[in-house]
Amino acid sequence: MTEAGNTGRAFWALLRRDFQLVIRNRGEWLQPLFFLMVVVSLFPLGLGPGPNLLARIAPGVIWIGALLASILSLDALFRSDFEDGSLEQLVISGQPLSLLLSAKLLAHWLVTGVPIVLLCPLLGLWMNLPGDALPVLIASLLLGTPILTLIGGIGAALTVGLRRGGQLLSLLVLPLLVPELILATSAVTSVADGLNAAGHLLWLAVLLILAVTLAPFACAAAVRISVS
Amino acid sequence: MNPIVRFIHQTGSPAYFYRLSGRLIPWLWAAFVPLAAWGLIQGLFFAPTDYLQKETYRIIYIHVPSAWMSMMIYAVMAILGMIGLIWRIRIAELLAISCAPIGAAFTTVALITGALWGKPTWGTYWVWDARLTSELVLLFLYLGVMGLYAAIDEPRKAARAAALLAMVGLVNLPIIHFSVEWWNTLHQGQTIKLIGKSTIDTRMLVPLLVMAVATKFFFAANLLTRARNQLLHQDRRKRWTKAVLGGEPGIGEAAS
Repeated sequence: MTEAGNTGRAFWALLRRDFQLVIRNRGEWLQPLFFLMVVVSLFPLGLGPGPNLLARIAPGVIWIGALLASILSLDALFRSDFEDGSLEQLVISGQPLSLLLSAKLLAHWLVTGVPIVLLCPLLGLWMNLPGDALPVLIASLLLGTPILTLIGGIGAALTVGLRRGGQLLSLLVLPLLVPELILATSAVTSVADGLNAAGHLLWLAVLLILAVTLAPFACAAAVRISVS
Repeated sequence: MNPIVRFIHQTGSPAYFYRLSGRLIPWLWAAFVPLAAWGLIQGLFFAPTDYLQKETYRIIYIHVPSAWMSMMIYAVMAILGMIGLIWRIRIAELLAISCAPIGAAFTTVALITGALWGKPTWGTYWVWDARLTSELVLLFLYLGVMGLYAAIDEPRKAARAAALLAMVGLVNLPIIHFSVEWWNTLHQGQTIKLIGKSTIDTRMLVPLLVMAVATKFFFAANLLTRARNQLLHQDRRKRWTKAVLGGEPGIGEAAS
């Protein structure tokens, strides 16, 4: 078996392992979704059920909910692996750490990001989002949630060994995610205003490419610091 | 040995850095005080009054240098952090982490003076304008770096983690800046340009530039002082510290 083949096998093995671990621990992937539903449902309760107001704030509310839900789930991304020592094993395995962590991040996105995207038609219905804005919201979430996982992964790796890591994680990561929030919500709003959203979505895609190429390396450096 | 390499090795030694910075700090203060005094007196009393904003504009002699420093210090912090991470130079890590509170302070000053200026000029203390918002996000980034450093017990690990976060922030800052700018802008356009003619009167500009230079000295003096104190605190049980502090016995034991 060649070296590259080994790395590929390690990637898939880790992806499968993480995916199965999270899927079998139902609370871990269901809780952020329930959290998202509860947060979004609080807005009509707090601001009144006026359909026009809800339609106007819908993209922002759903996106902020998605942001908070994925930060909430990120806290657990490396924690159990850190505690039982498997994170250290990944570091010393001899395979490129950034690639192995990419597998973990991909698994995390599959079990948190994708359900959020699947949930958003329901949330759009609750928030009275116009029908033609829904595909753009879905597209923005498809492009944006991987960025949340990737950048959040850096924060999760930095805070993994800490006692109050979760609180700190949101303080570290949320300011870094301002551009995604702005681009995604203005994409959805521009469709509601009758404009074309392609520009915003393309910029979001640019940020996704940037995050995919750079974040795994930062994540690997952060893990090395945390396990040292 | 190559003199540059020797300089880096020497400054990397805690005792050498302590002595060198101790010699530098008085000179930095000596440069700051007259520059700041001249700049402030010129700016607040002798620079011509603005025809539109009247006397209110004079707050720029604090506001603009602080805003410049807030951004520059973040870059300095990230670069020092990178040096510390790559070459494992402890002094660079210490300097990087010492940048954060100073930068956060400058950011706060820029935000507060901006708010005070905004009330008479825009009619409100705060608007969600692009520059104000990105300055606020910058403050959050500083707080994140400081929070992460404070949360990790082991000082060197904490400094490395904070340095990495600062680097991630530095990559993100231009993206944040442009996305926020796109989102909403109200702040007046730049009047001082590196390229092309500045649209500001020279008598107004010179004190401002002097203040900008003065704040650099202020930053350097503060940075070295903070780093020295951190170093003494971390090394309080080491022999060189006891030698430096005049051999007071039991200084480390008392501190912990």
